[in-house]
Amino acid sequence: MKQSIANWGNYPKVESEVKSFSFNEQLGELFRSTDHFIPRGNGRCYGDASLAGKTISTLQYSRILSFDTEAGIFECQSGLTLDKILEVIVPKGWFLPVTPGTKFITVGGAVGSDVHGKNHHVDGSFSNHIIEMDVMVADGRMLTCSPTENTDLFEATCGGMGLTGMITRVKFRLKKIETSYIRQKQLKASNLEELIRFFEEYKDYTYSMAWIDCLTRGKHFGRGILIIGEHARLDELNDKQRKHPLVYAGKPKITFPFNLPSWILNTLTVKIFNFLYYGKNLKKEINNVVPYEPFFYPLDAILHWNRGYGKKGFVQYQFVLPLESRQGLINILKRISDEGLGSFLAVLKVFGRQESLISFPEEGYTLALDFPVRKGLFSFLDELDQIVLQYGGRLYMSKDARMKPEVLVKGYPHLEKFRSIVKKYNPSDKLSSVQSDRLLLTGN
Amino acid sequence: MAIAVAEKFASEKYAIQLAARNVQRLLPFQSDLAIRFGCKVSLHEFNAVDFASHQAFFDQLYVKPDVTVCVFGYLGDNEQALTDWSKAETIINTNYTGAVSILNIVAAHYAAQGSGVIAGISSVAGQRGRQSNFLYGSAKAGLTAYLSGLRNYLFHKGVHVATIQPGFVYTKMTENLKLPPLLTARPVEVGDAVYAAVVKKKNVVYVKWFWRYIMLIITCIPEFMFKKMKL
Repeated sequence: MKQSIANWGNYPKVESEVKSFSFNEQLGELFRSTDHFIPRGNGRCYGDASLAGKTISTLQYSRILSFDTEAGIFECQSGLTLDKILEVIVPKGWFLPVTPGTKFITVGGAVGSDVHGKNHHVDGSFSNHIIEMDVMVADGRMLTCSPTENTDLFEATCGGMGLTGMITRVKFRLKKIETSYIRQKQLKASNLEELIRFFEEYKDYTYSMAWIDCLTRGKHFGRGILIIGEHARLDELNDKQRKHPLVYAGKPKITFPFNLPSWILNTLTVKIFNFLYYGKNLKKEINNVVPYEPFFYPLDAILHWNRGYGKKGFVQYQFVLPLESRQGLINILKRISDEGLGSFLAVLKVFGRQESLISFPEEGYTLALDFPVRKGLFSFLDELDQIVLQYGGRLYMSKDARMKPEVLVKGYPHLEKFRSIVKKYNPSDKLSSVQSDRLLLTGN
Repeated sequence: MAIAVAEKFASEKYAIQLAARNVQRLLPFQSDLAIRFGCKVSLHEFNAVDFASHQAFFDQLYVKPDVTVCVFGYLGDNEQALTDWSKAETIINTNYTGAVSILNIVAAHYAAQGSGVIAGISSVAGQRGRQSNFLYGSAKAGLTAYLSGLRNYLFHKGVHVATIQPGFVYTKMTENLKLPPLLTARPVEVGDAVYAAVVKKKNVVYVKWFWRYIMLIITCIPEFMFKKMKL
């Protein structure tokens, strides 16, 4: 039975036959009987990765296999979502080593996209914490891979967008925490220069990210708020918090009930939002201790917030530029501001060094922007792509729904090696997505 | 569905005994329940259609369960089963005979000790035979009648029997069917319904309340009309 599916950006929508499995042998059977499919988790990537005419969902394959509460080692099936993991590990004094801005992603997705968090400059991306994992490759064999075993499969699966096979089991290291609270500092920067200076000044903080206003021009160009944090120690909590220092945050209570009409998001409303968001912090610097939930997952509090972008959906545009290419960042922000294409969510982060085959992060600045899909957007983004490439940067496949294949080729220096490993484990494009076909990684 | 029931009871601090044909397959479920809920979980090999093994299976349980939930069932292919007896037999044995065989044994134990709760998952398909699935439906009809009689019989011995009518549920069995979302329950709702039926000693529970009225209407349709319908 075909159903219409889309990822978080609600663009594009694809008719897909969605199959699921609960046991390994059912997966083996699906591999034998299905061609040109892509593994799919919770559909929280933004664009057309994990979309295909046939998809195999991991959501029914989501069991915890082991949890060593002494050593902080966790092992689970790939369809388990991070929120379910937090539910179990936080009360025991452990935390995810790396988490993206939503906890509603599966572990398989975290590996396939090799996700990063606010701590990339300190802890790297998710794959840095994997001990080993199992991948079912196209011919139905289940292979265990790790940084020391079947290393080519391991490298190409981390950030490989599901093209090497189906990730089934992942064993990874957790991070020890004393409390489930974050000691947070917010700093208002009145322009981009100051914001970047803050990033450098506070680079020793484990977690950092900045919200940036991309519509204001003049001397406040690129103003924003830097938010940094550390896991709070027990002695940093107030009396009330100390009673339950390792509390798992509750479930979200608000749901965005319907798609907003897309005209609601325009330059004016984004300007008003930016004004309010920037203005809400009255002081230059705010220090407080907050639960981990609003610090890491502010948007998870509103289920289906993506409906705010209307029925046509939106694309998230995320790129990274090397540290020395600050001018590129300025040029891109200028172009966005000139074009009047403001984005509610403009998030700036710094990546640390990373050696990897096909993962997105590399040392530099990364900016993520949301743009509602509308006429003229894609040609504008093509223009931005050229600036990104000119300054030696690249785009994040997990967010992408529209880049041209040559942008991928130019941005990822190890792409040929990645292709050859995919070819080895997935020789006839049995696993392929709308994205991989579009980017000519597979040939359907 | 069985796992959803187990999760609900585990979250209420029950120890869990899972019984199924292939215990190996259940290992991930065992670790998952134990880690998430901190409860004891044991696995037991059980084959619903191997009637001769049932007494030994129950005798071997070191701890006898306080609550027994019978969740197994098999839809099968009605069309094929009409001409292939082995297929029809599997449908009947899985949904009816196997359940009667094991529940008789459990019932005798509970009757002797004067306590215990049995919950059986039947089906609304058992309330009126329809052309598309009446082999499954007739076996479930038998199960519904059996549970109703067993409830009556065990009531006088201090044992409660609950009949669960799930209606449509999103499971492997219905993955390829287009189900109306409003009428279709998620497995977790079945878990909640079974738990409620056990602790509140409810007799016949519909997971989604309106199924009771839908079935009331369907059973009221005169036979001369019903036989002409395509359901």
